[in-house]
Amino acid sequence: MKILVCISNVPDTTSKINFTDGDTKFDTNGVQFVINPNDEFGLTRAMWFKEKQGATVHIATVGGPTVEPTMRKALAIGADEAFRINTEPTDGFSVAQQLAEVVKNGGYDLVIGGRESIDYNGGMVPGILASLTNMNFINSCISLEIDGTNVTAVREIDGGKEKLSSSLPLVVGGQKGLVEESDLRIPNMRGIMMARKKSLSVLEPVEAIKATEDKKFDKPAPKGQVKLADSVDQLIDLLHNEAKVI
Amino acid sequence: MSVLVYTESEQGKFKKNAFEVASYASAVAKMMGTTVTAIAFNTTEGESLGEYGVSKVMNVKDGSLETFNAGAFSASIAEAVKSTDAKVVILSSSTDTKYLAPLLAAKLSAGYAPNVVQAPDSTAPFMVKRTAFSNKGFAHTQIDTDIKIVGVSNNAFGAHENKTEVSVEEISGAADAATNDTKSIEIDKVVGKATIADADIVVSAGRGMKGPENWGMIEELADILGAATACSKPVSDLGWRPHGEHVGQTGKPVASNLYIAIGISGAIQHLAGVSASKTKVVINNDPEAPFFKAADYGIVGDAFEVVPQLIEKLKDFKAQNG
Repeated sequence: MKILVCISNVPDTTSKINFTDGDTKFDTNGVQFVINPNDEFGLTRAMWFKEKQGATVHIATVGGPTVEPTMRKALAIGADEAFRINTEPTDGFSVAQQLAEVVKNGGYDLVIGGRESIDYNGGMVPGILASLTNMNFINSCISLEIDGTNVTAVREIDGGKEKLSSSLPLVVGGQKGLVEESDLRIPNMRGIMMARKKSLSVLEPVEAIKATEDKKFDKPAPKGQVKLADSVDQLIDLLHNEAKVI
Repeated sequence: MSVLVYTESEQGKFKKNAFEVASYASAVAKMMGTTVTAIAFNTTEGESLGEYGVSKVMNVKDGSLETFNAGAFSASIAEAVKSTDAKVVILSSSTDTKYLAPLLAAKLSAGYAPNVVQAPDSTAPFMVKRTAFSNKGFAHTQIDTDIKIVGVSNNAFGAHENKTEVSVEEISGAADAATNDTKSIEIDKVVGKATIADADIVVSAGRGMKGPENWGMIEELADILGAATACSKPVSDLGWRPHGEHVGQTGKPVASNLYIAIGISGAIQHLAGVSASKTKVVINNDPEAPFFKAADYGIVGDAFEVVPQLIEKLKDFKAQNG
């Protein structure tokens, strides 16, 4: 089985978010970048398929040279080979088109991406990618088992979960649940050394439709001072008469 | 040319978000000087959308589409977009709709902006305000394609009555040219209980509860308020509560009217995930807990004392106020 894990390079979850250039760009100053958490759950599940079912695992990222440290981390975790599509990711639709080229040329059985990236929150790359490559698609996937070309998966739904059957080739939008938080791997020294020698190919982008543009950003209005209640009675009174939420 | 809205139903009845997305579609149609057409699957109450500004309902009557299927549903919606020559498609932010939205975007070569929080800034160019960076910021996103898809955030725009003459037409499901071997085997869903996605009130608890055996009072409080229960990330990582309850940046977002956080200190990732909630209440014994800076109301006190009191007092309150 040949697996491609699509990895987005995103600000660490603890990052404070600021904008620059007249609020038209995300301010990367002082920001630590990591593998998108939803992608990392997928990568870790792919490692399981590699170790238990002999799968080969490639990764792909759309971005300039600055994304390579994040890609090397994925290689250090255990991916075999990496592809960087050398263009700035502008919107989900064009990113999916770039990745579709890699998928078509690579003959992958399974493609795993995150349900959404935690920066631009588009949540569309895996689904559009599945359509462009005419593969099956399961989103918000929290369990994935593969036997030959038969797939059994569980996806999250509002208020519960749904068990699904499907078949390879398949694209998955992954999230926590594909593996547990405690299954995530911190690269060890041997992994980091080996990652330096693994192939990271740079591919030139294809012509793509740019569907959306983020023109301007702003931050939520600052919050007023919290009102502390001295008693439960006072809290209920505030929620009923002032906030009018109960 | 009209605005097309996909209104979700369950066992024939519209979900709460159906009226919210219909209201949003109605606002967009007004800006563009056109009307709203809705598409629904096997609904028994299509006429009710007339209360929210919809003038035509296309009800896909098809026994094979009783259970949600992203590929099949997106094929029928795409067909409706073509037959009505819609240039704008309005969707909700439910998990099902976020599953079909990218498939629909690809079928229509349409730009898709999810998590939109208010009526468009403008319709020419088409610009919407949406949450980004997991609620730590907003993006004003311009959609450049001929057909535009807008996903409306839960509980952001609200349902607005706008009585309109409505006609309901039954249509059959469209065939899908795309590969689709994905089939539902089993749905495991709590019935009769509010879900985090559509609850007006969410009661959430963290590590301050000390152990899973102490969740009885959280569930009791939620029951009294008709609320959904949620938890912080450490609690779900420890296995005290199911993953589905984890709210925050890598869990579910919360956009309820009231969010009550008990024994949750308020890590930046958690605060981001719940920031769309309108009123936030914190109960924590540590007055320095970061959550107090992000909350509207709070009580500094031990959850094991405050929550039982709150349960008793709310019972009295409910008895008096119905």
